[in-house]
Amino acid sequence: MKKYVIKRIIISVITVFVLTTVVFFLVRLMPGGPFTNPKMTPEVQKAMEAYYGLDKPLPVQYLTYMNNLLHGDFGYSMTHANQSVNSIMFRAFPFSADVGIRALVFAFSIGIVLGIIAALNRGKKLDFVCVLIAIIGTSVPDFIIGGVLQYFFGIKWGLLPIAQYKGFRYTILPMLALAFATLASVSRIMRSSMLEVINQDYIKTAKAKGLNDVEVVAKHEIRNAIMPIVTIMGPLVASVLTGTFVIESIFAIPGMGKYYVESISSLDYTMVLGMTVFFGVLLVIANTITDIAYGMIDPRIRVR
Amino acid sequence: MEQQTVALENDFEVVGRQLEEMESISRPSLSYWQDAWRRIKKNKVAFFSMLLIAFYILLAIFVPIFSPWNFAEQNADDMNAGFSAAHWFGTDSLGRDLFVRAWMGARVSLTIGFLAAILNAVIGTCIGGLSGYYGGKIDMFIMRLVDVLYGIPPLIVTILVMIVIGRGISSLIIAMIIVGWIGSCRFVRGEVLRLKNQDYILAAKLLGVPDLVIILKHLIPNVMGLIITNLTLAIPGAIFQEAFLSFIGLGIAPPDASWGILAKEGIKMLRIAPQQLLITGFLISTTMLALNLFGDGLRDALDPRYRGTE
Amino acid sequence: MENILELNHVSFSFRTYGGVIKAVRDVSFELHPGEILGIVGESGCGKSVTAQSILRLNPESTGFFESGSILYQGQDIVRMQKKELRKIRGGEIGFIFQDPMTSLNPTMKIGKQIAEAIKKRRSLPKREIVQRVSSILKRVGISDPERRMKQYPHELSGGMKQRIMIAMALIGNPKVIIADEPTTSLDVTIAAQILKLMKKLSREMQVSVILITHDLGVIAKTCDRVIVMYGGKILERGTVREIFYQPAHPYTRGLLNSIATLNTKKDTKLQPIEGTPPDLFHPPVGCPFAARCKYGMHICHREMPTHCALSDEHHVFCWLQDEKAPKVPDIFQQNRGALC
Repeated sequence: MKKYVIKRIIISVITVFVLTTVVFFLVRLMPGGPFTNPKMTPEVQKAMEAYYGLDKPLPVQYLTYMNNLLHGDFGYSMTHANQSVNSIMFRAFPFSADVGIRALVFAFSIGIVLGIIAALNRGKKLDFVCVLIAIIGTSVPDFIIGGVLQYFFGIKWGLLPIAQYKGFRYTILPMLALAFATLASVSRIMRSSMLEVINQDYIKTAKAKGLNDVEVVAKHEIRNAIMPIVTIMGPLVASVLTGTFVIESIFAIPGMGKYYVESISSLDYTMVLGMTVFFGVLLVIANTITDIAYGMIDPRIRVR
Repeated sequence: MEQQTVALENDFEVVGRQLEEMESISRPSLSYWQDAWRRIKKNKVAFFSMLLIAFYILLAIFVPIFSPWNFAEQNADDMNAGFSAAHWFGTDSLGRDLFVRAWMGARVSLTIGFLAAILNAVIGTCIGGLSGYYGGKIDMFIMRLVDVLYGIPPLIVTILVMIVIGRGISSLIIAMIIVGWIGSCRFVRGEVLRLKNQDYILAAKLLGVPDLVIILKHLIPNVMGLIITNLTLAIPGAIFQEAFLSFIGLGIAPPDASWGILAKEGIKMLRIAPQQLLITGFLISTTMLALNLFGDGLRDALDPRYRGTE
Repeated sequence: MENILELNHVSFSFRTYGGVIKAVRDVSFELHPGEILGIVGESGCGKSVTAQSILRLNPESTGFFESGSILYQGQDIVRMQKKELRKIRGGEIGFIFQDPMTSLNPTMKIGKQIAEAIKKRRSLPKREIVQRVSSILKRVGISDPERRMKQYPHELSGGMKQRIMIAMALIGNPKVIIADEPTTSLDVTIAAQILKLMKKLSREMQVSVILITHDLGVIAKTCDRVIVMYGGKILERGTVREIFYQPAHPYTRGLLNSIATLNTKKDTKLQPIEGTPPDLFHPPVGCPFAARCKYGMHICHREMPTHCALSDEHHVFCWLQDEKAPKVPDIFQQNRGALC
């Protein structure tokens, strides 16, 4: 088991390393890059050169870059005067985390419940409804859902606010938009997992012992069916994270996603750089945790 | 059939075994592909989805050719109009006909979706297949590489590449395939590894069949079904990627149209002319839905073990 | 001698996309207290379905009783309420499934799984439950029960897993155990141990056993009486001696001819029974074995043979027992006309 965990961690460290290196080189290739941008004032340009050590040979630049990264220093934003990328990220992060975590919790819990309900009522109306929701969620892109929610709940029926973040009510629509696709995936997987488990021999054994239906479902079926869900947590966190790019833009929430999209269109390369690395590392960590968690939950893998 | 209670004369005459009826084969045997096609036809949902996609493709090809409007033609007098006989889908904020823009966009989105998915599948299959089949050091190296690359969030890389090489259809496709081949590579390699150890492959080798023939005649046909299914299910993902990237300003550049661009413009005009977003949303959603359903049906049809309801 | 379990004219079918499968047709038999009753037959003959139907363990969405009753101590299991049935399951009647590899929950510890069988019946303090689990594990021959209880199924061998299944079935002190092919997926030597164990426990704890198998060797070694099933029906039944030495049905004779024994001479060819089992969607109206029977007669295809009692226990359903039928060399035919 320990070997497994260590192997996973090593691979993820290498991945982060590769990622940051790739980012380093790509930035040097960007057109109208941070080092030649006519928009910048001479002072800023000087500061940039000093910061990045542009007059020094490439390997030294690379080391400076890596060194800065390890200290969590991402430099200064090019479009927001005098603000460090870090400070902007710190300010924006809580908003994203708030809506994002709510969305994840919502998606997983409701998704699992829907999946169980669908499996237990296979072939009947409830199953059909749950499957329909799942199909819609996996086919309709999140920005479409966001737009539709905005239109119906916000504009047409005036039930919920659709822009900015001024309180709990403002988080409802964005959270739903963000969660929908994930919810659909989770419920789909939970349903097929449950159906597989229900047909297993050990469920018959449980019944032969005299357990009632509720006990069989709760103690035997759900317990085994939930394992595949753990394996997809990584990719799902990833999709929620990338979802924030569009959802925050649509709903004008001042989170990291919105800043990221803005910095792309305004060619604020330092911001793009810093946030890309940040997101990248976050996703790698999520994937690694998922891999490790799966190893821990399935007792068959644990012993090895 | 009623039980005869009246005894017949030769009732107790021994006739022995009557095995002929038992042994007759009840169904005509079909080839793999014939069987798959038959099963797809039976699956109404999948079949209908296939027709829908074909229909969209036809519209994408012919509407811009036959439409009286040009997709970039602006008309300041007639902005954000609703449905009318002249403009079937209405107009957008710059007075451009939405119907023709929608199907121009379809051309772009569908092309990118299909091409990117197909290229990913081809590259991934080649690398994964050869790596899995020959094994050895090359395989180990490629697997380590894939393991590391797999952890890198593909969207992030695509975004960065797009920033570097600029916008446009070909840039988008290149950016998408740089990391997109990894998924199918892993999968095909896994399948090849599994099949490679099956007895019929060993038998072929013992008979002296050359490697290339083994790959072409024995391995590929068996993996083909799965590859095609995965390919079909990967297309909606590619369409989504294009839409997503265009939406955040990185994909296709205006005045070109793609569904992502149209969605972005639609959101901007949500208060004034909601039908713009709703139409685009409908087109994207139904396309992705149809592809997903067709892909599911294809998977069921191509799996030789799943006989379903007969 | 009162029967502990009685099946009367039980017919069980399954609804499928292709139609209704008549898996079990008009099956009747009794289980005497303290005996080991074997049910033997090919795959698909309905023996597992019959066994599972005794506790109504068949899939609820597709399986249903067409007719019949299953009496346990006077109560009809077929018509019982679910609540009553659950009391019987695991408590009065225990079930051992065929494949121990898949019949245990892979994510639950062994001890917990065994304890589940008694947990609900009487509210016992945890310490006592642990003690009971421990003692039943010792009884089925598992050493170091305290350690085993905390392990997961995949940490145990096939033979041990089957012992766990037996323990799970026995811990509730049932009066009847139904064992569905308990040794089919085990090594021959392990299988022998398991059978020996089952026989011993049956005597010690005075449990009546219904043992399903397709292996005549198992029957010979372990059972007191035997039922031979084919195509969803019972063709013959009797004591082990009667069935093995005086088979009255061509199918039974066919089964006996197809196995090798220590006495089989070196160059003897094993005789398989030619043909395949009948289509259960449209089962034949007459005797299900008629098409494969070398003594098949016109009446066999037309009508189901009537019941014939050759002795107290030895019953058979075959037209060869009729006085009008020809005498054949390898089938036991009673003095025709006497008992049928």
